[in-house]
Amino acid sequence: MKISFEINGASRTVEIEDQHTPLLWVVRDRLNLKGTKFGCGKAACGACTLHVDGEAVRSCSYPVKFAEGKQIITIEGLGDEKNPHPVQQAWIEEIVPQCGYCQPGFMMATAALLNKVPNPTDADIDQNIFNVCRCATYYRMRKAIHRAVEIQETNKPKTEA
Amino acid sequence: MTILQKIDAMKTKVLVFSTVFLVIVLSAMSALKAKIGTSEYVPLDTTKTAVVEDSSYRTMMQVLTHERCLNCHPNDNVPKQGDDSNPHNFGMSRGTNDKGFAATKCATCHQKENNLYSGVPGAPHWALAPKSMAWEGLSAAEIATVMLDKTTNGNRSHEDLIHHLTEDELVLWAFDPGVDNEGKPRTKPPVSEESYKAAVKKWFANGALIPKE
Repeated sequence: MKISFEINGASRTVEIEDQHTPLLWVVRDRLNLKGTKFGCGKAACGACTLHVDGEAVRSCSYPVKFAEGKQIITIEGLGDEKNPHPVQQAWIEEIVPQCGYCQPGFMMATAALLNKVPNPTDADIDQNIFNVCRCATYYRMRKAIHRAVEIQETNKPKTEA
Repeated sequence: MTILQKIDAMKTKVLVFSTVFLVIVLSAMSALKAKIGTSEYVPLDTTKTAVVEDSSYRTMMQVLTHERCLNCHPNDNVPKQGDDSNPHNFGMSRGTNDKGFAATKCATCHQKENNLYSGVPGAPHWALAPKSMAWEGLSAAEIATVMLDKTTNGNRSHEDLIHHLTEDELVLWAFDPGVDNEGKPRTKPPVSEESYKAAVKKWFANGALIPKE
């Protein structure tokens, strides 16, 4: 069957036999977007986090059939070197990654949080971001999240008085 | 004293003793009647118990007290998981609208159907039951009472409740709970979906009476 959706601003249609194929594998293997990672396959680690219609979703547990008509954003679509998202910029400034494997999932989860809670407390961060990192970069992530808030505030267009 | 006088005296004694005895008996009877009238005895309310047929109630409650149902009707803000009803992994909680936190919601992982690849359970509108419908820790009769109370059941009439209990896909998920992350089928309630639905309809048809526990 054919499934059509928008991904990182581009319309795509995939032809797929098993409509229950996790979106993660369609993104990685059919669309060649390798930023979203497989960690556990059971929605327990968050490495596969991307956005569907503005909401964080663990794509290893999201059948591609539900992507029909949706807007999907992966880490590649969050921002790039020339125009990084505030989260990506903060991650670079605070030198967050160690091995880097879990980081796209964390950044996508953080971007989703900042969309809903522009200035999260540490409690908000603890409740909403429970991806796992084997390199234990959590303390640098927390600093980066607060830094991302500052960058986002700075980047906000100033309104006329 | 002549014999006649003795007989008269005896008659008088008999009369006196009989009178006293009668007074005593009558007094005792009166006291007993009064005691019965003011004792703890409460006449049986035949309208409440005469037609309580509890086999359909028992069948229905076997499902509603199963872990598969109680796990999403917690008495706190924490969803429960599994046959041992352990707190949901990752510190997941009710949030402000029974659907999780602002950015990481129930829907971040739980979709409209079970995921047989990841083992994540799913059903339409996956969320916790409202706090007013906390069933965890209640007896079967207490659950039935809360369920029938419009102030705690989302203002549902009996007809609304029948619809919710027999047609809501999230409720009926109990009978199709999928597999866990190791591929093992989750346990189901001890009665079939068909028997459960029939029991619900029969119990409401008979007045939704709750037998004393």
